[in-house]
Amino acid sequence: MYRYDSFDQQLVDDRVAQFRGQTQRFLAGQLPEDEFRSLRLRNGLYIQRFAPMLRVSIPYGLISSKQMRMLGHIARKYDKNYGHFTTRQNIQYNWPKLEQVPDILADLASVQMHAIQTSGNCIRNITTDHLAGAAADELVDPRPYCEITRQWATFHPEFNWLPRKFKIAFCATETDRAATRLHDIGVFIVRNAQGELGYAIYAGGGLGRTPIVAPKIRDFLPELDLLSYLEAILRVYNRLGRRDNMYKARIKILVKETGPAKFTELVEAEWAKIRDGELKLTAADFDRIRQHFDEHPYAADADADASFDAAVAADSAFAAFVKRNVKAHRVPGYKVVFVSLKAPGVAPGDITAEQMELVAQLADDYSFSEIRSTHDQNLVLAEVRQQDVYAVWKALKAHNLATPNIGLLTDLICCPGLDFCSLANAGSIGVSDEITDAFESMDDLYDIGEMKIKMSGCMNGCGHHTVGHIGILGVDKKGEEWYQVTLGGSAENDATLGDRTGPSFDRAHIVQAVERIIEVYLEQRSSEDETFLKTYRRIGMAPFKARLYADEAVAA
Amino acid sequence: MSLNLIRDRQLVAHDYPLLADDAALPASGTLTVTLARWRQDGEALRAPGLAVGVRIPNTVDVADVWAEVSDRPMINLEFPGFADGRAYSQARVLRDRYGYRGEIRASGGAVVRDQLHGMARCGINAFELRPDQDPQVCLGAFEDFGLAYQPAADHVTPVLRLRGRR
Repeated sequence: MYRYDSFDQQLVDDRVAQFRGQTQRFLAGQLPEDEFRSLRLRNGLYIQRFAPMLRVSIPYGLISSKQMRMLGHIARKYDKNYGHFTTRQNIQYNWPKLEQVPDILADLASVQMHAIQTSGNCIRNITTDHLAGAAADELVDPRPYCEITRQWATFHPEFNWLPRKFKIAFCATETDRAATRLHDIGVFIVRNAQGELGYAIYAGGGLGRTPIVAPKIRDFLPELDLLSYLEAILRVYNRLGRRDNMYKARIKILVKETGPAKFTELVEAEWAKIRDGELKLTAADFDRIRQHFDEHPYAADADADASFDAAVAADSAFAAFVKRNVKAHRVPGYKVVFVSLKAPGVAPGDITAEQMELVAQLADDYSFSEIRSTHDQNLVLAEVRQQDVYAVWKALKAHNLATPNIGLLTDLICCPGLDFCSLANAGSIGVSDEITDAFESMDDLYDIGEMKIKMSGCMNGCGHHTVGHIGILGVDKKGEEWYQVTLGGSAENDATLGDRTGPSFDRAHIVQAVERIIEVYLEQRSSEDETFLKTYRRIGMAPFKARLYADEAVAA
Repeated sequence: MSLNLIRDRQLVAHDYPLLADDAALPASGTLTVTLARWRQDGEALRAPGLAVGVRIPNTVDVADVWAEVSDRPMINLEFPGFADGRAYSQARVLRDRYGYRGEIRASGGAVVRDQLHGMARCGINAFELRPDQDPQVCLGAFEDFGLAYQPAADHVTPVLRLRGRR
């Protein structure tokens, strides 16, 4: 866990005071509504369909047990007893009162949390692998790099009024779990041929209505040059990014219209002028940031435990949980335990105050008091001794948090949709409920295997539909909710945008369409080991299309 | 003139009024001209007795105009709307890259209480407040934050370096 020092705390406290003043001036009629809107967005506060929505920042998805208890307290005191984890590893509250938000921010500041830059056209939360520090395939722990970037980006005076929002992700592993190339900047921590640590830089990726997989703009950036290079990219974007059309304002459009080669030239020219300036980092800077993170005292004899294997053998329900929700940890004798926020009948990512408190307690008892949030909208207890996994499972199960579906079809990700969001064209939570119902039998799930369904209620793509193995996009047609379907997307190393099946489906037929896609897959796969994605890439769209549009009446 | 001017964190009398492109040149005093006028009448505008600042559009690359404006006592940057932050980068380039030491003045619809702190960090030292702004409230903006995470044109020592000194 990154621990604040007095400097971090002072900056967050100053921000609470600043926003309290802005809120007071707004409520007193001294601050125009459209200007207050820009300011509140930079503190995570939206005005949603029915009420304000507050988005709290969780830098790179890392939460302490104390912070999780505070999130529960806020859910009880200011909201309707629950919160919603997002695809950006943050948490949202759907029912706070505008005049209480400064108090909520003060409560958050008391546990080293905030809502800074969780919205607005500025640099947003920095994200990375939810298994950072625990993953065996990791080159280095990416979190100190994320933190040093978070600090640089926080209240950056030059980049607070960008053409559009700006998202940065880090990846330090062989398997990209952070959808890194779908960000405005994707930073891959790598070693060059000489064994030196540095970064491969990608720029201009993103989802939304023009989804683009980011091109690489630099093969290798030396470790100490990280911030000057980011600043060069942002400066080029701030100057040249389009401001005439909000749908063309993301950096991906600038990179595409300029051409990646020319864009790279502009960045390199800017960087050449600032690379040896004040932003040049030192090894001591990194050391100091690393010292803010806790060292975990792993037990040397954790691997001697035999009870875990015995429990897997004796209890088939536990074995099913272990198969899907428990992953290897880099330290022998430790396991990574996924807490599923995708129980049947629950909106993906939703969690009650009681559940937050339970997870906090489990983290204290078994996982060095830390929890992670994932961009698939689940939680992770990443550092559990294998001898304790059974007890953790029992406790999770008793609170409806142990659905063994991580990575499976019902582990779908989904935006709040028409139920909450003022941007949405169509409901998404209801459709996700029906899909979950339709595939409820666990046996079906195991048979189907790895499957990422991603659903968004509008073109903005908060549910990442374009990179779903099956993507579903809600569209409005003359006041009715319709759904476009894409196949074959992926957010991992082989990042790919899905292909549209054809005409969209109405509300009554969308779940049936998903069922038909699954049927075709099950019939066509070469073996149980061939995943949906592999099968799709082998056989292509035609067989799916033939089944989906067999009776024309359902689609339009 | 109801326009309020803050310079170096003090409320001061307004100066450098903007001269319309088709208006006749006064014989003496301070004034601001557009870049177009400066390019057209540069010689006359250098007459003794005149102190002339130049307003540059927020769409230009500072590198393209620096040679023409580097000797000016004042450079005026445009902040036409609340969300248009292009001139923030222009200010930093003027201060950090070219070492400009004259006045950088912000004018336009975004010169309000809630943007002054960021503008000052980027090297802007004079602010033509939007007419609806309370100048006393605006002076408080510079105290919003006593620390900064990143280096900028105001030469505040960033937190990363403060940590190294403890």
